[in-house]
Amino acid sequence: MSLWLAVAFWLAAWGVNAALAHSRIAGWRVVRIAIPTLFGVAVLVLWEGVVKGFGVAEVILPAPSRIGVAIGANLPILWIDFVQTILKGGLTGYVLGTAAAVLVAVLVDRVPFLRRGLLPIGNFMAALPIVGIAPIMVMWFGFDWHSKAAVVVVMVFFPVLVNMVAGLCASERMQRDLMATWGASYWQALFKLRLPAAMPFLFNGMKIAATLALIGAIVAENFGSPTRGMGFRISTAVGQLALPLVWAEIAVAALAGSVLFGLVALVEKRVTFWHPSQRGR
Amino acid sequence: MKSAPVLVVFAVIVALWYAGAVWLNAPWTYDQAARAGADVTLTQLLSDTMAQKRPVLPAPHQVVAELWRGVTGYAVTSKRSLIYHGYVTLVTTFSGFLLGSVMGILMAIGIVRSRTLELGMMPWAIISQTIPVVALAPMIVVLSNSLGLGEGLGVSNALVSKTIIAAYLSYFPVLVGMIKGLRSPDQMQLDQLKTYNASEVQGFVKLRLPASVPYLFASLKVAIAASLVGAIVGELPTGAIEGLGARMLIGSQFGSPIIVWAALFAAAILAGVLILLLRTLETIVVRRMGERA
Repeated sequence: MSLWLAVAFWLAAWGVNAALAHSRIAGWRVVRIAIPTLFGVAVLVLWEGVVKGFGVAEVILPAPSRIGVAIGANLPILWIDFVQTILKGGLTGYVLGTAAAVLVAVLVDRVPFLRRGLLPIGNFMAALPIVGIAPIMVMWFGFDWHSKAAVVVVMVFFPVLVNMVAGLCASERMQRDLMATWGASYWQALFKLRLPAAMPFLFNGMKIAATLALIGAIVAENFGSPTRGMGFRISTAVGQLALPLVWAEIAVAALAGSVLFGLVALVEKRVTFWHPSQRGR
Repeated sequence: MKSAPVLVVFAVIVALWYAGAVWLNAPWTYDQAARAGADVTLTQLLSDTMAQKRPVLPAPHQVVAELWRGVTGYAVTSKRSLIYHGYVTLVTTFSGFLLGSVMGILMAIGIVRSRTLELGMMPWAIISQTIPVVALAPMIVVLSNSLGLGEGLGVSNALVSKTIIAAYLSYFPVLVGMIKGLRSPDQMQLDQLKTYNASEVQGFVKLRLPASVPYLFASLKVAIAASLVGAIVGELPTGAIEGLGARMLIGSQFGSPIIVWAALFAAAILAGVLILLLRTLETIVVRRMGERA
């Protein structure tokens, strides 16, 4: 019964979405948010319906309503894990790694030799499975969040570096010549022209790095962690078959990832309002 | 000499590495000497810090030696052979890459063809990438074990879950690249097909698909690197018995850094080879399609 209701809801939601997408109001902001939201709600309802309808055991796949209850019941634990993994491990590493990459990028840009020598290596490193350094960092910096932050620093560093170096070349010849005719020093030209011109590239790299940061912070916990943290909690809760708690952690991780990505996108919108990709919306 | 700066920087990195090895491993050497009541001369310090069994930072030649031993020292079927572990990871990488690419291409076609899908699904595809897949990994393992997906397909459950994790990481670049590629034909070319009275499907097969190939290859290179990361990450919660990721976990649990470093380098070499392979394939395909450049 609940299965059919869910399927009916899914079809109805699809119909509404199709109508909305092809209607004249499809360009509206509210509609642009409403359509994916309805899509997501429909998936949740279908999930609930399938679990209830087929009587799927909780140890295989808990229903969304059960996960919601688990989130409500475990708020203190979820908060401790969030602070440990996301705020201490992930964000610290993210900020440090990005800052280091920007500084090195300016240096690489200044010294042509480094650009020819370091950049190919950086490009290569950006494609490598850097998560592999997690066990080494845990050996060096111990089990607590410092080792997680170190992993994140290294993972974040190369994508940001590669993008930032590309960004520093993004200003046009004409613009740089104009700076020269005004007698601008290297630093003046850097701060007034080339750094602002590099911002779209920097944010591109930071968006890629945002997801990498969370992956690094959670993976590193597999190689040893104190008795808190999201990666630790997930692997122990799976062992205890406490699946609603596992899904609650996943929901928090998803939320944290989306919020971090959203924040970066928001700052990008503020900083690079002049860029064609941000205008005309 | 285009590669000269690269070689110089590379040499500097290796030199720094040696210096770091001496510096980081020195406390242990001094500690041992103090216990034995002996003094440490400079030559002793240098030779000892580069040949410790459990160094804080192994010297490059130690890692290379371990790598060489892992590749050539054991039979290919041995659990200590890096070829064996590399092969396991490679199989996962390829299956994840295939599944992810096919999914990415199909989703891109769907999104390009249907406005409802584009508005409804695209935001979720983006959100799916902000979810750290490693959080989902143990869940995927439990699910594929209890559903017995692997038995139905005639492979192990572990391979199925690792493949799903790798595919989850690799589908997104393909999706984004393919959408861009399928939309790359300009209005003039679309109009031309209309004058030929081509049907929607014909236009898709003869114009949009070929136009998307360069974009596809660019994103495939990103996707295979992502798939390798997924394969390594996926090996951690799946019992960590075989594969390069498992090798790293074993090395870290037994406190032997050289094993970890060797596995890390094996993974790096694997990534390099895979990207090189795709680049070759790209050149061949693009040349077949008549591109000159």
